[in-house]
Amino acid sequence: MAKELIRLSGLTMTFEDGETVLNGINLYINDQEFLTLLGPSGCGKTTTLRIIGGFLTPTAGDVLFDGQRINDVPPHRRKINTVFQRYALFPHLDVYDNVAFGLRLAKLDENEVDRRVTEMLEIVSLRGFENRKVTALSGGQQQRVAIARALVNRPKVLLLDEPLGALDLRLRKDMQNELKRIQQAMGITFIYVTHDQEEALSMSDTIVVMDKGNIQQIGTPQDIYNEPKNAFVADFIGESNILDGIMRADRLVEFFGRQFACVDAGFAPNEPVDVVIRPEDIDIVPADQGHLCGTVTSVTFKGVHYDVIVDFKGFKWLIQTTDFQPVGSRIGICLNPEDIHVMHKSEYSGQFGDYSSYSAEYDEIAEGGDDEE
Amino acid sequence: MKSRWLSGPYILWMALFTLIPLGIVVYFAFTDGAGGFTLANLARLGDYLPILLRSAWMSLVASAVCLLIGYPVAYRIAHAKPSRQKFYYLLVMLPMCMSFLLRTLAWVALLEDTGILNNLLRAIGLTPLPLIRNSGAVILGMVYNYLPYMIMPLYTVLVKLDPRLIEAAQDLGCTPRQVFTKVTLPLSVPGIVSGLTMVFVPAVSTFYITQKLGSPGSVLIGDVIESQFKAAYNPNLGAAISLVLMALVFLCVGLMNRFSGSDGEEGVATL
Amino acid sequence: MRRFTKIFTVLVFIFLYIPMILLVVSSFNRGSDMAVWQGFTFSQYGELFRDDSLLRLLGNSVLVAVLSSLAATVLGTAAALGIHNMRGRMRRLVMQVTNIPMTNPEIVTGVSLALLFAFVGTVLKIHSILGFWTLLIAHITFNLPYVILSVMPKLSQMDPDLAEAALDLGCTPFQAFTKVVLHEILPGVVSGALMAFTMSLDDFVISYFVTGSTFVTLPVEIYNYTKKPIQPKIYALFTLMFAVILLLMVVMNLLQARDSKARRARTRLNQRREPSP
Repeated sequence: MAKELIRLSGLTMTFEDGETVLNGINLYINDQEFLTLLGPSGCGKTTTLRIIGGFLTPTAGDVLFDGQRINDVPPHRRKINTVFQRYALFPHLDVYDNVAFGLRLAKLDENEVDRRVTEMLEIVSLRGFENRKVTALSGGQQQRVAIARALVNRPKVLLLDEPLGALDLRLRKDMQNELKRIQQAMGITFIYVTHDQEEALSMSDTIVVMDKGNIQQIGTPQDIYNEPKNAFVADFIGESNILDGIMRADRLVEFFGRQFACVDAGFAPNEPVDVVIRPEDIDIVPADQGHLCGTVTSVTFKGVHYDVIVDFKGFKWLIQTTDFQPVGSRIGICLNPEDIHVMHKSEYSGQFGDYSSYSAEYDEIAEGGDDEE
Repeated sequence: MKSRWLSGPYILWMALFTLIPLGIVVYFAFTDGAGGFTLANLARLGDYLPILLRSAWMSLVASAVCLLIGYPVAYRIAHAKPSRQKFYYLLVMLPMCMSFLLRTLAWVALLEDTGILNNLLRAIGLTPLPLIRNSGAVILGMVYNYLPYMIMPLYTVLVKLDPRLIEAAQDLGCTPRQVFTKVTLPLSVPGIVSGLTMVFVPAVSTFYITQKLGSPGSVLIGDVIESQFKAAYNPNLGAAISLVLMALVFLCVGLMNRFSGSDGEEGVATL
Repeated sequence: MRRFTKIFTVLVFIFLYIPMILLVVSSFNRGSDMAVWQGFTFSQYGELFRDDSLLRLLGNSVLVAVLSSLAATVLGTAAALGIHNMRGRMRRLVMQVTNIPMTNPEIVTGVSLALLFAFVGTVLKIHSILGFWTLLIAHITFNLPYVILSVMPKLSQMDPDLAEAALDLGCTPFQAFTKVVLHEILPGVVSGALMAFTMSLDDFVISYFVTGSTFVTLPVEIYNYTKKPIQPKIYALFTLMFAVILLLMVVMNLLQARDSKARRARTRLNQRREPSP
């Protein structure tokens, strides 16, 4: 991969009211990388972004840009631009003047300004909107003006703070593709903040999962999904059944009183562990042929698949399957070694991954959570 | 942003020209003409208590009258066509821009024994009435001068009232009268409190209105303070009375704000 | 009910305007007694411009009003920006101090400033300190809260990201203020300045205590009529000022009507476009 562009070392942020929102973050970001800071509200992701943008000065730790310490460089001297959450378009200027704002401050000559603004509006498909009032634009159009206004300055890094949060689902999907396309076409580093795991998985080169001011895991989308480091990550990214287990030996884990072959190794003998099993990895078989046997307690139709809640000895699992299973039926399940992921115990153990109180509305409640930090 | 220092000059200014002067008032209230500590000024306040109470009572009456007159007007303006509202509002404000001394003098000409109203009464064969040099005339002067201060905050509150709340109340079965008593009136309490304060404070401390419209014997607390500084020249006693007046006003304002649950952050300026 | 409030409102407006109409009428009266009509004349106006003493006093009032409202607008807008970024106890404290001149009876403010100036005069051994400068300081002091209280709401309505967006795009903090923030809060700044100007122009109570014989404003002079016979040309001056302010208000109203019509047209356009983004 390309060379390192930004490094955060020991970044700590404590606000005046004594609340610590960042706890010594260490992170490096490569040139031309699409990096996403992912986490629930209050995890410190926006604070991290604002520190990189220069809007906050960290209480401790350093921000390095191209090897230079930029802690005290004010925002207007950083080669970084931001797309704000609610766009922050200047209401007294039209589309063209909004996009030209940064170029004019840099005292480019008006021909060059015109060339670059026009080119940029072309890229975000807003030609013909030059003289519209920004207040007269739809959400998606405002979003594109905000992106154009930032990118036209050819920053080394673009910061995006939940830029798609205010858009409806359909538009959000379109804009995800659009953003990825722009990022690749222009070869600019994107640092993207979101609480939407799906957005993070589909766009990012690297995902940084954060919670309570700490980085929980850094990795590619595949790593994060397939090899979560702890129960928090496993639960936050996708759905997970998380069980208490004991590592009997390398590649051998015991739970529900039964030993299963797995692919994980390097644990202490008989170490208590968290075992993650993704709902879509579970194969349903006739009751007498499975490794485990349980009773279906609820079924919800989800379109492509059914969410089936199955009771195994009082512990409820979520299983996603395309085959309908009636409530009350006894089913068996089969677990392949690669379907089982073993994690060390963490402060999050026991808090996640139990579907005993599962209800169909659960997802919506979680998604509706606000993104303010 | 680290722009808190921008308020530095202002804070310095307010310290120099608001806080320190008030400190000096306190200092004068507790000293005699030679600068020695004394409680004599405060001891003499008892003599002025009836005047203070009379001032408070008359300005309370004036505030209440302003509310009774001002509310229907504010309501009416808030429900006028949007294009007209601003104009009516300006009409209410306009008298405030014109010399309040001259406008009070005009009332003298209207109410005098040989004034316009009494001349009219005589012309149609009625006996003239004692319209001036009494408490009623002073209250009239207060109401006239400070009525706009009541209408403005009431209008601001009423015009912001969400019309969907009225519809919701009607939907839930309120009669028009109930809509008013159960929704509109409770929601306009901040405006009422703000209006009462804005009328009461200048009314309780006035001294020109009484000089022109009141009877020579019955002065108000403002007149007493004015005469201590401008005529009798006893600034120590004047300071002591000012201190009491200030205490009275802040007490009333504090009580009203508590009553309406406002923290006074965005109270008055609502143009 | 609607009929009642309508008639009532008209009556209240008559009540508010009768004294002013009387003053206007008096400006065309031959005699100086408002209550007695002695025939129509323009001579008060001629007198007003022949002997410019009243106009000079008006000039004094305008000078103090312009200077004090300008100073208060600059100082107060800066202060509002600073207070806007304060939190918690500090902010509450500053706002409470801001509210003191608003709530304090004018007479107490006047008396307290008079005592301060007298004290400074004694210390500096200046015999008659009361005059232009003390008046200006007093006016700035009571104008400041009007500016702050009308700018603060505009600042809290403003999207806080706007200033950051400007910095992000290369503005220095000062440029961010002039190019973006000022545009957003301008209505508040203007209305604060206008309020300060009118308050200052017509202030009598505080001026009365803090100015001396060296610098007299129009309201203070009118108060002195309590002691000496009134000069009827003051009615002519009142009428002219009334006409100017009325004219200003009509113009303002027309401008605003045009502006809001344009805005409504824009929102309609916006609503129509919204369903198909």
